[in-house]
Amino acid sequence: MTETNTATATVNMANLRGGIEYASQWHLMWLRFCKHRLAVAGLLVVVCFYIVAIFAEFLAPFDPEKPNARLVYHPPQGVRLFDEKGFNPHGQFFELTRDPQTLKPAYLPKEGAKVELEFFARGFEYNMLGLIPTDIHFIGPKDKSQMFYLFGADRLGRDMLSRVIYGARFTLSLGLFGVCMSVLLGIFFGGVAGYYGGRIDWIVMRVVEYIISLPTIPIWLALAAALPRDWPPYLQYLSITMVISLIGWTELARVVRGRFLALRGEVFVVAAKLDGCSEFRVIFRHMLPSLASHIIAAVTLAVPFMILAETSLSFLGLGLQPPSISWGVLLKEAQNIRSIAQAPWLFVPGACVVMAVLSLNFMGDGLRDAADPYSHGN
Amino acid sequence: MVDHMKNTQAPEADKSSPVGDVILEVRGLKTYFGAGEKAVHAVDDVSFKLQRGKTLCIVGESGSGKTVAARSILQIVDPPGQIMGGEIIYHGSITQARQGQAPVDLARLAPKGREIRAIRGHDIAMIFQEPMTSLSPIHTIGNQIAEAILLHQKVGKAEARTRSIELLRRVEIPNPEVAIDKFTFEYSGGMRQRAMIAMALACNPQVLIADEPTTALDVTTQAEILALIKELQVAYGMSVLFITHDMGVVAEIADEIGVMRNGKMLEFGPAEQIFYNAQHDYTRELIDSVRKLETSARKSRGRKISEQKLLEVHGASKIYPARRSFLGKAGEPFKALDNVSFDLFEGENLGIVGESGSGKTTLGNCLIRVLEPSGGEMLYCTGAGHTIDVARQSTRELRQVHREIRMVFQDPFASLNPRMTIGQIIGEPLLVNKLLSGEALRARVKELLAMVGLPPMAMERYPHAFSGGQRQRIGIARALALNPRLIIADEATSALDVTLRSQVLDLMLDLQEKLNLSFILISHDIGVIRYFCDRVAVMYKGQIVETGPAEKICSEPDHPYTKALISAVPGTHPRDKRILGRHRYVAEPLAMPEKAAGPIALA
Repeated sequence: MTETNTATATVNMANLRGGIEYASQWHLMWLRFCKHRLAVAGLLVVVCFYIVAIFAEFLAPFDPEKPNARLVYHPPQGVRLFDEKGFNPHGQFFELTRDPQTLKPAYLPKEGAKVELEFFARGFEYNMLGLIPTDIHFIGPKDKSQMFYLFGADRLGRDMLSRVIYGARFTLSLGLFGVCMSVLLGIFFGGVAGYYGGRIDWIVMRVVEYIISLPTIPIWLALAAALPRDWPPYLQYLSITMVISLIGWTELARVVRGRFLALRGEVFVVAAKLDGCSEFRVIFRHMLPSLASHIIAAVTLAVPFMILAETSLSFLGLGLQPPSISWGVLLKEAQNIRSIAQAPWLFVPGACVVMAVLSLNFMGDGLRDAADPYSHGN
Repeated sequence: MVDHMKNTQAPEADKSSPVGDVILEVRGLKTYFGAGEKAVHAVDDVSFKLQRGKTLCIVGESGSGKTVAARSILQIVDPPGQIMGGEIIYHGSITQARQGQAPVDLARLAPKGREIRAIRGHDIAMIFQEPMTSLSPIHTIGNQIAEAILLHQKVGKAEARTRSIELLRRVEIPNPEVAIDKFTFEYSGGMRQRAMIAMALACNPQVLIADEPTTALDVTTQAEILALIKELQVAYGMSVLFITHDMGVVAEIADEIGVMRNGKMLEFGPAEQIFYNAQHDYTRELIDSVRKLETSARKSRGRKISEQKLLEVHGASKIYPARRSFLGKAGEPFKALDNVSFDLFEGENLGIVGESGSGKTTLGNCLIRVLEPSGGEMLYCTGAGHTIDVARQSTRELRQVHREIRMVFQDPFASLNPRMTIGQIIGEPLLVNKLLSGEALRARVKELLAMVGLPPMAMERYPHAFSGGQRQRIGIARALALNPRLIIADEATSALDVTLRSQVLDLMLDLQEKLNLSFILISHDIGVIRYFCDRVAVMYKGQIVETGPAEKICSEPDHPYTKALISAVPGTHPRDKRILGRHRYVAEPLAMPEKAAGPIALA
């Protein structure tokens, strides 16, 4: 009897298509995630953004704080890679002229003149990844005295491109750190509520509902306003992160609690208890791996919330303060009508926010769909 | 393919011929999921004929394509499924055919077109396995039936309502004037299926397609629904296409049988021919595995039951306190287990049988303390010779008990953690009890896999690589890991196809002989109990109503409830239609309060 059983079992397993039977949950998740085109595109954009944020100094051609009084509101310059000499990246040279009647300043392209560019140009000094001192930048003008504005210049003649790149570092990292904190709080409270249920669950959930019922913007404003103005940027940064994540954990707590409640009744969890597993092992070995993917998906969807929160706070003037640079701080400069009329490129940080938030949302959607690769009869 | 497309009418339709006996003819039907080489051939070149006023049963195991074949007829296959070829010729009612209406090829009609919609529900109606999901939860039953009438017939709302009441009465729902305004959730499972049937009958269909309509129901309710369908078939002159996996049900109702496997129709013929003179090995295997369960394996294998009592349960109970209502009034507490007592001897197989809600699973869970019993004692004689009361063990002491009493679960898909490999799953109890680790653990897991008939290479794989039967073997291997003395198998074979069912039962019996085990098998399936168990306890509404040797309980029970239960079990001989006999035998179950549509009948 046993021999025939073995035979049938072996035959049945031979029918399986290659490799999938050895695939772990992460592999299966990845396979399913890849089917979601938009999510993969989102993932690529997000990865690009974070790479930019990490190598901000290298990628930024100029010091974001370096003003140039003669080149205020300089418009964006296009880049051409070839000229009559062959490969020779250069930008159009703009000359400041004034309308003879209105005396309105205007930048006009000057025929024949160009700003020659080179890759791995030398510029301001910095420490690569905070460790290696260097002054090499990805791209920069050959002539160190010249400026070059891919995204235009702001009201002090500072390079918007460099500022946007530096802003990405603050805004995106704040999104991540804020979420990390939210995740810790959310998993702890949600997990406790979901696993033990009953009275604890009731109390935690009512607290969560109370926090969610508070209107967020006034609360942020109140908390942010309570922070001393003269704190150094890194303290400001930390405290803003705290303020945002104090509100942000509630959604995560709900997600985690829901998953725990659902898992608690799963037969394999009961089986693990009967196997003699301790409570600790049941939670961490058997339940958490099933939750991990869902939590990651929830986290990805929470990052854009953090980014938007930071942007709104800074835009209202209560988040980070200049000289710190974040997308919100940059957008604050685009608050008045003059900038809309005169220098629309000041909205570039806004476009970045939209792109980052959208791609994170797409990615999160894809992750959420892929989070349980065992559903749909897989 | 292309030349068929030119005329939607069947090519061989001979208008002048007299009205034939065949109402629905399927020829070379192919329904594929997906396209190209990777396409799954769910239905692959299937042909059959449905006679007027007869019942055709299509039988097959899960994944055989029987449901897809039935759905293809009405063109309601879920995407990406698609009819890729073949003909489904509907000849129409006798009147239609006499009027010279040409037969229609349903496979050529546009899936969303008006023609197929006119046929769906009107000429060909369908009922599904799970009545809860096919009925809308937010409309009253009456509205749903009336809608089916209004869609296809030109009648007023009042008329539709009157007809709905009439239909509910026809399907034997008590008090139809009141029941028509109830919602789906107020109906029991059997009543919902009756309501579905009423809806299907709304337009006097010529063909009723029933897709596993009784699979989700208790055996007594199943018997009633089957009898009802049979009776209505005669009254309305319908043809019934009945999809099922249960050879017993087939034996009860089929005039003709089609056996499907892997999308192919293996065999097609009159019921008696299939049952008594099957041509195909697989058909014989199907029938044999059902007939096998009409015998007792324990009797033929010889049993070794000692005098030593392994487990003694006295007055176990599990009471769920009533919820206080808004005004603070407490309702009746719910007794899931009410003063249950039984003994289990070493080496014995005890069966616990009952319908859903009888408390048998609660009993199993209380025995192993997944649920906390509310009272009673459960004296267990440990391997070391002490007698302990499982009901009063602390969490730490329970660990020791859980090493000796193990459980095999019903659902082989839910009971294995999908994120662990088979090796990890089977090794887990050994690892957490700090018995084995490293290479020794691997060796033991291999040994366990061999015991349940799986190759050692299964170790590195994840559960999704295994079929239901293989997973159940893995579940058994996990239960065996700690050398238990008692295994509680809670519906361990109910989720499996019938051929696998007897394989798994045989495996457990083999292991019992080798490892000196005792089993408590919880099941609703009399056949499984009869095959596997020495003694049987019959549960009803939280109480054990009868205990006795398996052969006696399964053939000549004393208690009227057991009698009703046993007589509702479908047989395996088309010549001996037991359910219909039973229906005449049981006194009016219909006037009873509906919550207990089935079992109450005996009260």
